[in-house]
Amino acid sequence: MFLALRDLRFARGRFVLMGAVVALIAVLGVLLSGLASGLADAGISGLRALPVTHIAFDEEATSEQFSRSTVEQEDWEAWSKAPGVNRAEPFGNTLTNAQVTEGAEKGEQVNLAVFGMAPDSPLAPKPTEGEGIEDAGGGIVITQEIADLGVRVGDVLTADKSEVRLKVVGLVDDPVSYGHIGVAYADLDTWRHLHYGLPGELPEAALRQATAVALTLEDGAGVTAVEKATGTRADSKETSYGASPGYTAESSTMALIKGFLYAISALVVGAFFTVWTVQRKPEIALLKALGAPTRYILRDALAQVVAVLVTATAVGTAVGLALGSAMIGKAPFSLSAPAIATSAGLLIGLGTIGAVVAVRRITAVDPLTALGATR
Amino acid sequence: MTTTSTDDPAAQDTTGSGGLRLRDVSLTLGDGDTAVTALDHVELTVAPGEFVAVVGPSGSGKSSLLAVAGGLQRPTSGTVHIAGTELTALSDKDRTAARRRHIGFVFQQSNLLASLTVREQLLLPLHIDGRLGAAGRTRAGELIEAVGLAHRAGSRPHQLSGGERQRAGLARALMTSPAVLLVDEPTSALDRERSAEAVRLIAEQTHRHGTATVMVTHDTAIMDAADRVYEMVDGRLS
Repeated sequence: MFLALRDLRFARGRFVLMGAVVALIAVLGVLLSGLASGLADAGISGLRALPVTHIAFDEEATSEQFSRSTVEQEDWEAWSKAPGVNRAEPFGNTLTNAQVTEGAEKGEQVNLAVFGMAPDSPLAPKPTEGEGIEDAGGGIVITQEIADLGVRVGDVLTADKSEVRLKVVGLVDDPVSYGHIGVAYADLDTWRHLHYGLPGELPEAALRQATAVALTLEDGAGVTAVEKATGTRADSKETSYGASPGYTAESSTMALIKGFLYAISALVVGAFFTVWTVQRKPEIALLKALGAPTRYILRDALAQVVAVLVTATAVGTAVGLALGSAMIGKAPFSLSAPAIATSAGLLIGLGTIGAVVAVRRITAVDPLTALGATR
Repeated sequence: MTTTSTDDPAAQDTTGSGGLRLRDVSLTLGDGDTAVTALDHVELTVAPGEFVAVVGPSGSGKSSLLAVAGGLQRPTSGTVHIAGTELTALSDKDRTAARRRHIGFVFQQSNLLASLTVREQLLLPLHIDGRLGAAGRTRAGELIEAVGLAHRAGSRPHQLSGGERQRAGLARALMTSPAVLLVDEPTSALDRERSAEAVRLIAEQTHRHGTATVMVTHDTAIMDAADRVYEMVDGRLS
């Protein structure tokens, strides 16, 4: 770094400009990562919180399965008997609107992502306040997102259209959501009333239905036979995120934007160091004439690249974190250390690749040109 | 470019240690109809402490002589010995190492690195060779003193005059105690008085450090300081 550091100091104007571009991209990288994590949380944190490994949907539902799939009692019974299956239980999922009819926020409209499950299953919530759900109790356990709207334990909500009465019996103080809507946990019958929009007695057929089968499978369990027998298809929990509304589109859009950002950054860094290297050609020829091995010059140039990228990325990430912290709560935004580290790592890594392509020109410089005379 | 030396390299070394010896060196540039003979069977021996000037018009092959003597270019035929080593027999990598250990270049316009101070210009060759230490720093100080740049040690090239740059370039070339000092048109950017002074300094340093010095120039007014003067015409030395 003998020469690299002195060049950085001597041509600091140029390097600061280029570093500023990388730093701004790093800021954007942090904000996009935060937004992507925030959107993912808003979209699927309710699913992520379920203690299962797989979810089996009706195989005829091929997209947005959580709203389109229906499974029958025989299906979850068949699944629970199948080899390699530790647990299998019905899981209901529906989006509904309700109004606060008793409570401080009386009249307030509330969107609910209702998860239905057996109260004694591991899927059932463990409230931090109040009680859990009960069979045929008509009670729901709300999560933080709904509590943020002013709904409290003891309040009563009435679902639109079906007029089903929902008593808030408990609260889980985690921000658990699904499809950008706060999750409310209910027993299966209450869920069915909401799902089918039917108050009073439920038809016999409805009592035997759920959205999907929530599964806990052993590692590497072969489930083809039971899938075939029941007409269902088991997706891993992570794959099932894609079955929630908008999740795939959101995450692929964010990935696309980030991809372009990194590509632009690599090109900007590559272009800068191409111009810089071309400009340095006479000095490189001189170094070679003085007996510097190409490796020495390359190492020096790459150390300079990495120093610029690391500094700029660190500054940009710090600024991004400061801006991002201010956004939490105002936008779907959450800062996750692995996502930010990946973003910074990619910025440095791809920038280095861009610059390596540029500084490889050093190899081709002929020391003879240092003599600088026409012969 | 290939070396066409057929003799045993060890047997060829009859100058003992030190000095520069070119034996029957020819260099042809380009090929076919456009081939140009830059060096034509050149014989040249320079002993340690000897200052040789080579004059000639531009295009006469002076720079080619330096390129070949300094290991920047392989001759088409013939051998080059530097400090007892046959330069023309070395691999590219070893030739690069020989350049940084045994050869000092003083380039036209002196060719300093823009971002380094005079002191750092001098330390660079040692850093390249991985032996930058206290002794090197002391030597740099002494050489800066010797070329009269003590008051400029912390200045960068753009703050120096042409003569000062030339002297810094000379001091840098001497840093590694080279066996051979090759000087390319040292006075092209200087006025008459400065030229005489620069060449006097080169002669003085040659004698003091015992380098075998070759200076090429088209400026016949500065040859007085040299121990021997050759003339180069169409690649031939006389």
